[in-house]
Amino acid sequence: MPVEIPKDKWTGKVRTVTLGATAAEGGTRTKSIVVGGDTTMPFMQFEAPTAHTPVIAIEIKSRKPDDWSSLLEETWGSVMSDPAAWAKAAEAAGADMIVLWLSLEDTADDAMRAVKSVLAATGLPLAVYGPGQVDKDNELLVAVSESANGEKLLLGICEDKNYRTIAATSMANGHLITARTAMDVNLAKQLNILISDMGLPLDRVIMDPTTGALGYGMEYGYSVMERLRLAALQGDAMTQLPMMVTPGFETWKTKESKVGVGVPEAWGDWKERAIHWETLTATALLESGASIVVLRHPESLKRVRTAITELMTA
Amino acid sequence: MALSGIQIYKMLPQTNCKECGFPTCLAFAMKLAAKQVELSGCPYVSAESKAKLAESSAPPVRLITLKGIGIDVKAGNEVCLYRHEKTFYNKSGLFVRIKSSQTDIAAQVARADAYKVTYVGIDFTVDGFAVEADDPSKFAEAIKAVRAATKRPLILISSDPAVLSAGAAVLPGETPLLCGATSANWEAMAEVAKTAKAALAISGDSLDELADLTEKIKAKGVEDLVLAPGGKTMGGSLILATQIRRLALKNFRALGYPMLTMPGNAGSPERESLLAAQAITKYAGFVVLDKFSPELMYALLVLRENIYTDPQKPIQVTPGLFDINNPKPESPVLVTTNFSITYFSVANEVEGSGLPARLLVVDADGMSVLTAWAAGKFDAERIAKAVKAFGVEAKTNKKQIVIPGHVAVLSGELEEELPGWEIRVGPREAVDLPAFMKKAL
Ligand code: B12
Ligand code: SF4
Repeated sequence: MPVEIPKDKWTGKVRTVTLGATAAEGGTRTKSIVVGGDTTMPFMQFEAPTAHTPVIAIEIKSRKPDDWSSLLEETWGSVMSDPAAWAKAAEAAGADMIVLWLSLEDTADDAMRAVKSVLAATGLPLAVYGPGQVDKDNELLVAVSESANGEKLLLGICEDKNYRTIAATSMANGHLITARTAMDVNLAKQLNILISDMGLPLDRVIMDPTTGALGYGMEYGYSVMERLRLAALQGDAMTQLPMMVTPGFETWKTKESKVGVGVPEAWGDWKERAIHWETLTATALLESGASIVVLRHPESLKRVRTAITELMTA
Repeated sequence: MALSGIQIYKMLPQTNCKECGFPTCLAFAMKLAAKQVELSGCPYVSAESKAKLAESSAPPVRLITLKGIGIDVKAGNEVCLYRHEKTFYNKSGLFVRIKSSQTDIAAQVARADAYKVTYVGIDFTVDGFAVEADDPSKFAEAIKAVRAATKRPLILISSDPAVLSAGAAVLPGETPLLCGATSANWEAMAEVAKTAKAALAISGDSLDELADLTEKIKAKGVEDLVLAPGGKTMGGSLILATQIRRLALKNFRALGYPMLTMPGNAGSPERESLLAAQAITKYAGFVVLDKFSPELMYALLVLRENIYTDPQKPIQVTPGLFDINNPKPESPVLVTTNFSITYFSVANEVEGSGLPARLLVVDADGMSVLTAWAAGKFDAERIAKAVKAFGVEAKTNKKQIVIPGHVAVLSGELEEELPGWEIRVGPREAVDLPAFMKKAL
């Protein structure tokens, strides 16, 4: 019986965004990354090829974090106290991109030095995120933005309370920004409108609709991403941005990943469980529309890479 | 798909005799379309219309129930493509595969059968077992061994109808899923399923082939069908599963059945975990795993719970004052919200620590600490109200409450709302509560 396969016909399209500038483009990256360009729901390749392969970024810190799981410390080892070495190790582990989080204790000089050393250590595109306090974020990111002029860094995280300064410096210095809102389609649209009203072209914005970990609110992020992608395909310009989410950050703070002793036996092997937690969260989010997933563990990176490769070769 | 009132009206007698209790056939048709009355209300509907109307009111994905001994597993009855459109109903059944050539069947099944894990206060288990006749001579024996170790529903796997027939004969009174029919054996398989009153899984290399087979097998009188579309890579399986669900929702009856996937076929445990997770998020009714490991089972069960939670109703607990580890008047009072995940992360920590405490669960509309705080549902006023409403003062001799570290900013206002009370700020994450309670309280 010949079955007529229904194909969705969409009018809208997710914008393409290019991260990182090569020498030819005025930066120093050995390659740039293009994300977005989607014209279908995720990986529906029988309707149209997926324009760009989703990207895996690895999260590193400007200073050795003191609250990370010992499983992560075991795997990264001493590089965790040197962002340049850490970035190099992440590249060797197969990362497409690095996300460098600055620390509250960093001065502007520290931040600029860390960014410079990471840029020198790897040719991968780089995101630089502030510690998450408005004043400190502004201080550090403005310095970083100016000192790395033209690199097409991804600066963040812009939220409704602090997008102005970061968007402005990004505009002036040829960078991009991450716009984060709390799991809500309308909030995401609103922030994108505010940013676009400032004059920053939206093909220099990645949106982070926020996610939760498996078991800790992941399903909300999952559905918001599906809704954002549907809205984008239906032609809503303010939702047509590629999405980036942070399953590594979210899952490694859950008890399932953090703790190896004193947990129910039914939770099984600690390390495998932690890897499953990160991997399953990330793959579910890729299938609901993420273009960039930020991970922490190299084994998760390997598995998520397998997933992406398979999803791309339908 | 559901018919409109007008479409239904065309199938009614159109005599306006009023016996149904409505003034006109059209009025009755409108009520039928809105599913507010039953078709049996009209005594004059023709047999032909009855059949058509029953067909149109059937769910787009047929409900299949597998029966073990007193334990059922259901799949199907789904109505949407994306969970936010309504909700997903029947959770993907997770089955563990056993091979008839195995020598440790009893132990393997017993271990997986006993598996139980608690998430937000709900106990989860494995749903059933799949027995594969890799050695047909031992199939019946293997099924008996499995059945001796579990009461859960079974899936029987063989490409030989005679083997499956012998296998199903071991399970009288049950509804196993036979797996399954192909273009090569479908007629004999249909007979076996019919005789055994079993559900039948159908595999095919294309949707054309699958649709063709379901129609032919249905014509033979077997209606409880399950689709096994295969799909070699994650991309391929995702597309097939999506196409089948989409077609079913468009009322393409030949594919309106739940799906079965076998991530265990993937070859490596890593790929198996990825494919199983994809099957859960993307429409599988039954999932057969080769590797039973507690850590993967737990992750998959939580994923399934998340995906199948009704997006309109967060899972909540009842607000109140709860005793943990037999608290005394001097034991601490910890404040939290009534979002299930929040409540259980805190309650489990305290319980596990063995330290006595009282947990004051504030009505925060079922939201997490920060979400509720940001939404104005977990503020000083609500907390103070809960302290009074649940009679905290009468149960403690300390006049002290501990609030979550994430809402430290509330302490000032709380001191005003609760004069004479000491407001302590606890750690941000529940994991750190036991240490905090030992050291600081
Ligand atoms: C899932 C989620 C939602 C879901 C709601 C789920 C629910 N039922 O609560 C949805 C999508 C609906 C949602 C909505 C909103 N959200 Co929301 N959401 C989240 C998310 C992703 C996870 C929250 C979660 O479930 N955490 C897990 C639970 C277990 O954590 P918890 O309750 O805090 O409990 C832990 C600790 O607090 C501690 N603890 C708990 N009780 C106690 C007690 C004591 C004594 C102690 C010591 C410790 C302790 O232990 C627990 C485990 O460690 C977070 C971001 C994130 N990734 O964390 C944002 C987040 C909480 N949301 C946020 C916001 C702003 C909102 C909205 C206001 C957005 C909006 N304007 O619409 C709305 C509000 C809802 C509304 N208006 O109706 C912000 C809050 C920002 C802030 N700092 O104020 C966050 C942090 C996201 C962000 N970064 O912007 N959200
Ligand atoms: S009983 Fe049947 S025929 Fe009579 S009015 Fe009602 S719908 Fe029409």
